[in-house]
Amino acid sequence: MSSPVEDVTRPASNEPFLVVDDLTVKFPTADGLVHAVTGLSYSVEMGKTLGIVGESGSGKSVSSMAVVGLHDAKRTHISGSIRVGGTEIIGLSEQRMRRLRGNEVAMIFQDALAALHPFYRVGNQLAEAYLAHHPNASKREANEKGIAMLDRVGIPQPDQRARDYPHQFSGGMRQRAMIAMALINDPKLLFADEPTTALDVTVQAQILDLLQDLQRDFGSAIVFITHDLGVIAEMADDVLVMYGGRAVELGSCSAVMSKPQMPYTWGLLESIPELESDPGARLLPIPGTPPSLLHPPTGCPFHPRCRFTGDVPGDLCERELPDLVPGVEGAAHLRRCHLRNPAETLDNAANKREV
Amino acid sequence: MTPPETASDVSTSTDSGSSWSANGKPLLEVKDLVKYFPVKSAGLIRRVVGHVQAVDGVSFTVNKGESLGLVGESGCGKTTTGRVLTKLYEPTSGSIVLDGTDLSPLSPKQMMPFRKDVQMIFQDPYTSLNPRHTVGAIVGTPLRVHSVVPRNKVLPRVQELLELVGLNPEHYNRYPNEFSGGQRQRIGIARALALQPKLMIADEPVSALDVSIQAQVINLLEDLQKEFEIAVLFIAHDLAVVRHFCPKVAVMYLGKIVEIGDRESIYGNAHHPYTQALLSAIPDVRQAQVGGRRERIQLEGDVPSPINPPSGCRFRTRCWKAQEICATQEPPLLQIGKEGHLAACHFAEPYDSAIHDAAKAQREAAQAS
Amino acid sequence: MFGYIVRRLIAAFMVIVATSIIVFALFFYGPSNPGQVVCMATSPQCPAERVHDYNESLGYYDPVTQQYAVWAKGLFTGRDIEFGGSTYPCPAPCLGISYYTRQPVTELMKERFPATLSLAVGATMIFFPLGVVLGSLAARKRGTATDRLLVGSSLVIYSIPYYLLALLSYLYLVIIWGVFPQPEYNPITQNPWLWFTGLILPWLVLGLATSTSYARFSRGSMVESLNEDYVRTAKAKGLAQRTVVIRHGLRAAIVPVITILGLDFATLLAGTVFTEYIFGIQGIGRQALDSIQDQNFPVISATVLIAASFVVIANLVVDILYSVIDPRVRLT
Repeated sequence: MSSPVEDVTRPASNEPFLVVDDLTVKFPTADGLVHAVTGLSYSVEMGKTLGIVGESGSGKSVSSMAVVGLHDAKRTHISGSIRVGGTEIIGLSEQRMRRLRGNEVAMIFQDALAALHPFYRVGNQLAEAYLAHHPNASKREANEKGIAMLDRVGIPQPDQRARDYPHQFSGGMRQRAMIAMALINDPKLLFADEPTTALDVTVQAQILDLLQDLQRDFGSAIVFITHDLGVIAEMADDVLVMYGGRAVELGSCSAVMSKPQMPYTWGLLESIPELESDPGARLLPIPGTPPSLLHPPTGCPFHPRCRFTGDVPGDLCERELPDLVPGVEGAAHLRRCHLRNPAETLDNAANKREV
Repeated sequence: MTPPETASDVSTSTDSGSSWSANGKPLLEVKDLVKYFPVKSAGLIRRVVGHVQAVDGVSFTVNKGESLGLVGESGCGKTTTGRVLTKLYEPTSGSIVLDGTDLSPLSPKQMMPFRKDVQMIFQDPYTSLNPRHTVGAIVGTPLRVHSVVPRNKVLPRVQELLELVGLNPEHYNRYPNEFSGGQRQRIGIARALALQPKLMIADEPVSALDVSIQAQVINLLEDLQKEFEIAVLFIAHDLAVVRHFCPKVAVMYLGKIVEIGDRESIYGNAHHPYTQALLSAIPDVRQAQVGGRRERIQLEGDVPSPINPPSGCRFRTRCWKAQEICATQEPPLLQIGKEGHLAACHFAEPYDSAIHDAAKAQREAAQAS
Repeated sequence: MFGYIVRRLIAAFMVIVATSIIVFALFFYGPSNPGQVVCMATSPQCPAERVHDYNESLGYYDPVTQQYAVWAKGLFTGRDIEFGGSTYPCPAPCLGISYYTRQPVTELMKERFPATLSLAVGATMIFFPLGVVLGSLAARKRGTATDRLLVGSSLVIYSIPYYLLALLSYLYLVIIWGVFPQPEYNPITQNPWLWFTGLILPWLVLGLATSTSYARFSRGSMVESLNEDYVRTAKAKGLAQRTVVIRHGLRAAIVPVITILGLDFATLLAGTVFTEYIFGIQGIGRQALDSIQDQNFPVISATVLIAASFVVIANLVVDILYSVIDPRVRLT
């Protein structure tokens, strides 16, 4: 058996495996500077799942790609701190970064058909992922490992399917193959960027189950990015809500989803129809559209669309960016809002609706 | 009056939440609609060796001003059904009776006057609008083609429509790429409304939109439907959205309707195993409070190919209740319980986890031996 | 696949037949007087009677369908062509007898084709790798000075009319500075070294000029390919940069370039007129040009037919190649 390339990360002391601190990502474009992510901070421990919720332009994908180092260094301004297993990522040499990628930190993407190379067989692509970090392994070893992983993710007749091309797989199987490819080197941290959004709901259920099983067995930390609140509710231990490139709410899944402390999260939850809600009741959408990242709004990024700015004295929402601080619920539930007692305000609003 | 036996006999559906009353004769009556796509061989002489049975005998009715939801997963044929109804595809057989006229045998030329009555909203707001046409042109073209209003009245009407869907009427000279996804979808809706159709076929109208925008568009569609009494065939895979919008829902699998009924019947009293599995697969926001994993019905295997669907009941290859009769006899769509609630299953009954677990254990034992 | 190939070959055959009919019709309905041409080739004096005799022996007064049938049959079985009282045997495949040299055209083609082939192959060996490498480099360094330099210089070269480029290089590199020997074609079988030195200049000129469009095209294709999701995945797997660019990016980007290469090569085989003329290479392009000036119809029509055949076959080869490279393409 070959041994993997020496781990780049040092075993963490007592800090969580992934610590993101004040991350800012900006892209200079022809139209100006795009503030994709501003001042983002969060952490994830081994064996836990963090769900990042956001819509287009929230910065959820951009921030995750920054951790994996997928941005073009020449065209991106990244500042702040990202520590993976104690190692600082920002400013890390490309060579050392490459040793991390696909090895200790892996990422799976939304569209598995586009994410897998159409010209190479699936088994070949898996073996390639293995060989990238086990250069002393033989081709045969790599192929066998690939087939074993395909089996592990529930693909029937893996030795035969390994010889197929991606377009010959069904959507669900392709996503499983991508998961197999990401996990082949036993990563400690897995980013899943909308992995089930393009799949049928029954297939989605299978993939989510698979991910939970694998996490239980491998013990990895998972960052699950999606806009689907139902999926977050089922997968995540903790939830980070992003809006306009910033974190606006952070806490445990049960706290954030059942008692949101920020009008945006609350608005999202109120606007989606559920299987148990009253079908006759009108949906309460969030008015307006997501903010421009070229010219972000002043003060709170959500204030142009927020229903509750009236409950805040003066024009505080417009002038000043609220800090991400704990509310009355406790230190573990952070929210970015000027409302003094958001829980109360939001509860009242919800009650008014039901009447 | 004989009790209805097939879906096409059902002409009314009462629902506690619905405020629209049925008016007797349905607006749209689809009977035994079939759409096959030929598959040609690869040899020297290209013969037709089979068919993709995309839609295989689908029947339903939609009343004036009401909505029917058509749900299912990829490959079930719901999108094809929508396309056939607008005659974007010619039906292989079956009838599409709109307000008394059967549209299926009509040639494209004969269809022209009826195109005003049936309009379609498409899924992807980024690709369904011609990027080289201004918004005004996009919304105004149907008016011009059908000469609905005199030439000089087209622009005011276009502006009226833009305002109706919540857009700034001054923006008629802009191009689609200057609008956001939600706004583009509104443009598509304005275009569909231009001819004052009696029936709108909405093919996944909100799937490609951000969550916070989806509710806006759904509310808009609700308002427009109420105001103009437009019947809507709402095709989607998001069961929660469909439940909200449609008092009547049909579930499709591999080209057939497996269950059809009102909201309560489908979501609260599903009798077909596929419907049950589908509903159980939907992620639930309330799970966050409970924590841990939810018990789900696990479906085995993949969806079979529509070129060679399983004999008898098409769902039997993945069904935990499958018996011999399921392979030999295709279950007809029969009424079960409430009027208007039909299911196509030899063993249609409410979900019983005991039966499910027992069948699963039996199968596992058989596999192990 | 087999059925596809057979079907395509049948279609290719029909295209070639159609081309031959069109060529034939052009000469039949156009102003021509082959008898006169043949006669003038041998003697300065051509009384009308003699011209008429020649024309008659060539079948010029026969109905066009008969002429075509005779000609087509000759392709498969060979025929004897007579004019001026002499009979010339024309073995299969018979493309006619040259009005001037009275040689079977097929032989003329066989004599001159190797030169054109050598030109085509050599130039391709230069322009394809050069174009692709520079294009890929520009794509990787998109937006930087390197990119702008590469794109700019290729544009400059591209905008110089080819014949000017060829003439200037001949003038300076052969005549004035003597860097290269007089270009000429020497069969490779006789003397490989002379073959090489005789053709190196035309190769370089033709290669450089053609590489510009390949560089532009490759650049565009690479930029698109490098933006694809699968390249992002390759990067996420931790693969070395070179592997990502070449094994994942270039592999996909090169497919459309190869299809264009196939068709370009076929066009080159039909004769590179400027190159052959300016550098004095006795290829079929030069021959075609001379034949037009001489009104040597058999050679002209044969050249057109051969060129059409090359392109049609190249089309087929490229399509098959496409399906071999891209597993998603299923030929039906």
